[in-house]
Amino acid sequence: MFDLIIATLTQGLIYAVLAYGVFITYKILDFPDLTVDGSFPLGAAVTAVLITKGVNPYLTLPIAMIAGAAAGFCTGFIHVKLKVRDLLASIITMTALFSINLQIGGSNLNIIGTDTIFTLAPLGSMKLIYRKFLIVLIIAIIFKVLLDVYFKTKNGLILRGVGDNSNLVTTLAKDSGKIKILGLVLANSLVALCGAIVCQEQRSFNSTMGTGQIVFGLAAVIIGITIFKKLSFVKGTTAVIVGCVVYKACVQVAILLGLPANLLKFVMAMLFLGILVLGNFGKRKVNKNA
Amino acid sequence: MLELQNIKKIYNPGEITEMCLFDNFNLTIPNGQFVSVVGSNGSGKTTLLNIICGSIPLDSGKVLINGEDITSMSEYRRYRKIGRVYQNPSAGSCPNLTIAENMSLADNKGKFFGLGFAVNKKRLDYYRDQLKSLSLGLEDKLNVKVGSLSGGQRQALSLLLSTMTKIDFLILDEHTAALDPKIAETIMQLTDKIVKEKKLTAIMVTHNLRYAVEYGDRILMLHKGESVFDRCGEEKQEMSVNDILGLFNKISIECGN
Repeated sequence: MFDLIIATLTQGLIYAVLAYGVFITYKILDFPDLTVDGSFPLGAAVTAVLITKGVNPYLTLPIAMIAGAAAGFCTGFIHVKLKVRDLLASIITMTALFSINLQIGGSNLNIIGTDTIFTLAPLGSMKLIYRKFLIVLIIAIIFKVLLDVYFKTKNGLILRGVGDNSNLVTTLAKDSGKIKILGLVLANSLVALCGAIVCQEQRSFNSTMGTGQIVFGLAAVIIGITIFKKLSFVKGTTAVIVGCVVYKACVQVAILLGLPANLLKFVMAMLFLGILVLGNFGKRKVNKNA
Repeated sequence: MLELQNIKKIYNPGEITEMCLFDNFNLTIPNGQFVSVVGSNGSGKTTLLNIICGSIPLDSGKVLINGEDITSMSEYRRYRKIGRVYQNPSAGSCPNLTIAENMSLADNKGKFFGLGFAVNKKRLDYYRDQLKSLSLGLEDKLNVKVGSLSGGQRQALSLLLSTMTKIDFLILDEHTAALDPKIAETIMQLTDKIVKEKKLTAIMVTHNLRYAVEYGDRILMLHKGESVFDRCGEEKQEMSVNDILGLFNKISIECGN
């Protein structure tokens, strides 16, 4: 039972980095970014190929982030410079990435018998399940702190400003388009990092592993924010971590209750719908974004 | 000096709703002048401001600032020298950021937004002093989100934000229209004070004829994209609200309103 709880927490925390990315695009930039479904497996594909080529597993993480950043840049460029609507720009990148991921990693790539960030960590004879938990916890906390600090810098503040009132940023003599691109680059590099970590955790890349990740990310962000709505001192990133864990716990319970694996995505979608409806409960007006 | 030369602006070109608003429109505003622009709806007042700020493309003509041609300069670059306050009080600040964060954004206008901390503790006293000059009690609310302020408070803050750094031009787009009469008066007096203190060149679009007469050194009336009345200096000071209203009615009757 204890191991099951640890495993569930690990599943929640491992995806926290992805949810930070979605938090940046959805909550801060107000940008519906479906690129996530493509940049997540992109990070996984890059890390899987590099590890099979013998590259240090830790070194594959920043490389995956750069790949994700490039994906985010594409979406931003298509939206800002080519003036395509935000949602459509992200769908275009996502679709293109599906083929690119197949080119990089094929439809399936297993990394068996090599080291991963989890086996390499100097943690003595600790059991793998605890190693995984500890490492994803550390990564989630490092990026939470980095983001919290970033949001307080001038650069972070103007990013928040663009999402809040992009017209005002223009009157501050700043190109709000460039800042939007920066936000997408940042968000998708985090998403790709998450893909890389997940790939090393399950020791495989699959070209369809990105499907539904944006739904998960949005659900985690919205659950977290809904839970802590009344507690304004709780930081957005903290709320997002809690949202991830709660969501994965719900899925775990559904599996324990005997849910067939084929129905998993359906249950995820229903869970998301339920959260949105509950979140709107008591509001007079339906928000077109939420 | 701001110059508009041979401005031409056509809305919906090539469509059945094509409308030529400005055709060969010229305007010169010397440095330090406070111009009030009046006119009925659709007369081109807001379009004029948008042309100056580069928010909309021109069909032909030139915009010059101190002799420099800025016609092809992008909108955000022009705002290095221009501050703008909109009619909608929520347009001039970020609702989910605190007052201090908004002021820090405005304080860094035109500068590089790097990885230094945004809200500098040393500047907080300066922000507080600036807010105190508004006499709206905002100096005690530095850490309050701007979204929870009233429309009048937000507009006063917008005015402060738009003039925090050194600018040459202040563009006021019916900035008192959405406010109650009392706070509108306060904002108007504050505007006048800031324009005089900072020696700004100001262009104010207003529907309030009394403000147009009482404040500023020049009054410009637009009608269908043409300047139909333009007075400055002493001639302007001698005008009364009734003179303007009479003129306004005359034009309106001509076009059957």
